[in-house]
Amino acid sequence: MTTLETNVHATPIVRRSLLGRLARNPLAIGSALYLIVLIGLALFASLVAPFDPSFTDIEAVMTDPNSTHFLGTDSAGRDVLSRLIFGSQSTLIAAVVSIVTSIVVGVPSGLIAGYYGKRFDAVASWLSNMLQALPVIIVLLAVSASLGSEILISMFVFGILIAPGFFRLTRTAVMGVRNELYVDAARVSGLSDFRIIVRHILTVVRAPIIIQSAMISGIAISVQSGLAFLGLGDSKQISWGVMLNEGFVNIFSNPKLVLWSALVISLTIGAFVLLGNALRDALEDTQKIEASGSRKKARRQVSKISSTRIEETGHLLEVSHLSVGYAQGDGSLKQVVSDVSINVNKGEVLGIVGESGSGKSQTAFSILGLLPSNAIIASGQIIFDGNELVSPQDGAVSQKQLAKFRGKRIAYIPQEPMSNLDPSFTIGYQLIRPMTQVLGISKKEARAKALSILDIVGIVNPKRVMKSYPHEISGGMAQRVLIAGAISCEPDLLIADEPTTALDVTVQAEVLDLLRDLQKRLGMGMVLVTHNFGVIADLADRVVVMQYGRVVESGEVREVLRNPQEKYTQVLLSSMLEGKQPMTMLTANARD
Amino acid sequence: MLGFITRRLLSGALLLLVISALAYILMFSFTNNIAIHILGDAATQQQIIAKQHELGLDQPILKRYFEWLSNALQGNLGTSWLSSESITDSLMSRLPVTLTLAGITILISAVLATVLGAFAAVKGGWIDRVVQLIGIFGFAVPNFVVAIFFVALFAINLALLPATGWVAFEDDPAGWALSLVLPIGALVLGTVASSAQQIRSAIKSVLERDWVRTLTSRGIPRREILLKHVLRAAAPAGLTVLSLQFVGLLGGVVIIEQMFALPGMGYLAVASTTTGDTPVVMGVVVYTVILVILVNLIVDLLNGWLNPKVRVK
Repeated sequence: MTTLETNVHATPIVRRSLLGRLARNPLAIGSALYLIVLIGLALFASLVAPFDPSFTDIEAVMTDPNSTHFLGTDSAGRDVLSRLIFGSQSTLIAAVVSIVTSIVVGVPSGLIAGYYGKRFDAVASWLSNMLQALPVIIVLLAVSASLGSEILISMFVFGILIAPGFFRLTRTAVMGVRNELYVDAARVSGLSDFRIIVRHILTVVRAPIIIQSAMISGIAISVQSGLAFLGLGDSKQISWGVMLNEGFVNIFSNPKLVLWSALVISLTIGAFVLLGNALRDALEDTQKIEASGSRKKARRQVSKISSTRIEETGHLLEVSHLSVGYAQGDGSLKQVVSDVSINVNKGEVLGIVGESGSGKSQTAFSILGLLPSNAIIASGQIIFDGNELVSPQDGAVSQKQLAKFRGKRIAYIPQEPMSNLDPSFTIGYQLIRPMTQVLGISKKEARAKALSILDIVGIVNPKRVMKSYPHEISGGMAQRVLIAGAISCEPDLLIADEPTTALDVTVQAEVLDLLRDLQKRLGMGMVLVTHNFGVIADLADRVVVMQYGRVVESGEVREVLRNPQEKYTQVLLSSMLEGKQPMTMLTANARD
Repeated sequence: MLGFITRRLLSGALLLLVISALAYILMFSFTNNIAIHILGDAATQQQIIAKQHELGLDQPILKRYFEWLSNALQGNLGTSWLSSESITDSLMSRLPVTLTLAGITILISAVLATVLGAFAAVKGGWIDRVVQLIGIFGFAVPNFVVAIFFVALFAINLALLPATGWVAFEDDPAGWALSLVLPIGALVLGTVASSAQQIRSAIKSVLERDWVRTLTSRGIPRREILLKHVLRAAAPAGLTVLSLQFVGLLGGVVIIEQMFALPGMGYLAVASTTTGDTPVVMGVVVYTVILVILVNLIVDLLNGWLNPKVRVK
């Protein structure tokens, strides 16, 4: 059975804008027009069709298309076009019966299961899983064997078989919405459950249901044609599947005959699928940013701030005039980093501080060449120890250049410890493998080294931890493991992205001590990204303050702490001194 | 692990029991015309009543079900109403054909869909769009329509391959392989189309995990990250997709067996449905459900083995 996953969290969307977006999609218009014409033909078949579908012209058996019979005749001399037109009736009715059954069974049960949960949910979910475990055609064969060959009964049963799709869709959507604040508010204000379901919840599931219906129409037509093709329908009823069978029986004498019904079946299912896809795109407002066209267009928007190369400066890391952006659906570029220049010397700690969304992490990822694939380096240059990682007008990081340095000379400590270890591999493997790769040492040597580094980062039982999987250790331990991994190949530059944010307060202090100690001991240069001036004051030599993707202030840590020039820095500092989290919108507004 | 298997087997058995009861009551409650069907229109009323008594149709439905169940538990699914053949025997002789078709199809599809889905997810660009196009095409064109085009093209126009018929492997391995090319080709197309798309999204979501970025930062080559870490993390989703496809294939194979005159379970099911041989259809339902339960069990075990959280316990 085919499962269709649709985005159930699509927010309700004003109908006009949805139609507007659909109208811009040529495939959607084509499919919709095709289906409208088909429905029209089915409704007025007796008026439109040139012949009676069962009229046999013995003089003209299996003729090619001609002026009387536009698509030729079949083995009994019946007009193919007329039979196709009449056949569309049974096909469309079959689709309608399946969808109506499926919605009537699936949506209410999904609403109840999702809204009230508990026992009904358990039973309904079990039934739904059971139905999904059954091969459709076999069940329908069993149904025809007992209830007779009436195709509509089969389509009714098919509707029940496919109802789990609607059930799960509705259930998931309702569960997502049930605990939303506005639903709580509605409940508190005394609205009945029925009103809440109708007003707030049905709006959320409406769109996914429409999409699912389009897809199921396609499958229903395929099933109906298949059953008719097998000869399990009413043999007197005209349908595309029966015509396909007639064509197949005569395929050796006239291969063309089978073409028309095959084509119409495929086109109709295709139209439903394309329409469903287009609806989904319109609802999710999927922007095809990966389309190279809009990427190129976006890149053109960027003025090259600096196209002249900087001279050799002797800094360990030199980032100059870096701009990073993301291509938008309309071809514009949303810049998240603008004209940022920073440098780090050997053995020096540079802090980058700013609230979330200030572009500090994006700057760090640019240096590592680990930006998401849809990010564009719009301008700038990055030089590491005399090697150009990003040249002006490159637009991307030179992965080839970076591959030589990553892990070996530039290392990275991530923010969230638990999500940065592959859950399927042991800690030991994830420490040893980079060393054998980067340092070219044997597994045995790497293992010994890993044990000693784990000891250095303060892990009490290194041997046991090496054998553990990530889910078996605590967050603080995982962060120590990640720090161990970063320093294992003795890098010259360490990039730490909020290394303590995800940890408990007591563990934070320990990890900061560890980082300070390691940095001194190994003489590493370090870029420390954080939103916390306390961490900066603790570790950094120099600091860069970022806001809205730009550098607003930079200097020696002591200078900046003692005598901040920019108002934004002052706000960041004062909010820290008052013990507040410097991440509110108030601090952002301070720039004005 | 042993407890896990036992629980899954028990829930499978429960599922089988429920489905068999539902199917039996549904199918054997409406058997009024079967005696006339077997005896022909000329049969007298006495003959009909005698036949109904002989088939046990005059007994209450629940009593008949429990009788059937106790026989079925001993591996006896009864005899055909029309040919008096043992249903277990005739299903066992047809099972290999169906399993060959579905099994080879799922193996080929698994390889193709993984390769296509991985390339589409990793490379993006034109190959991604091709995979999406194949997805829509494979959804829009039912496998029996694909089969018709294959027959028209390869069997009739080019006369390269046999149009229909089954050759036993023991008789002629080459002929066996040739007779399978068209039916399996028709089944593979649709299976690959939808599974490649789903495997693509599974891999894409794994590529966005934080640990992929961290592994890259450690200097592990991209190829190794993809082949060893990403594919492995996407494997449970891929296996689930393929198991659903296999269930779908057990249905899809019915029409294909009919078209290519392949003597599998589906062929038997269609023939028995048209002749009203209900016990045989019941047997096919039972066998199919058992296959589905076994496949789901295997996938659960594989997923458990892939997931350290389950494995370590």
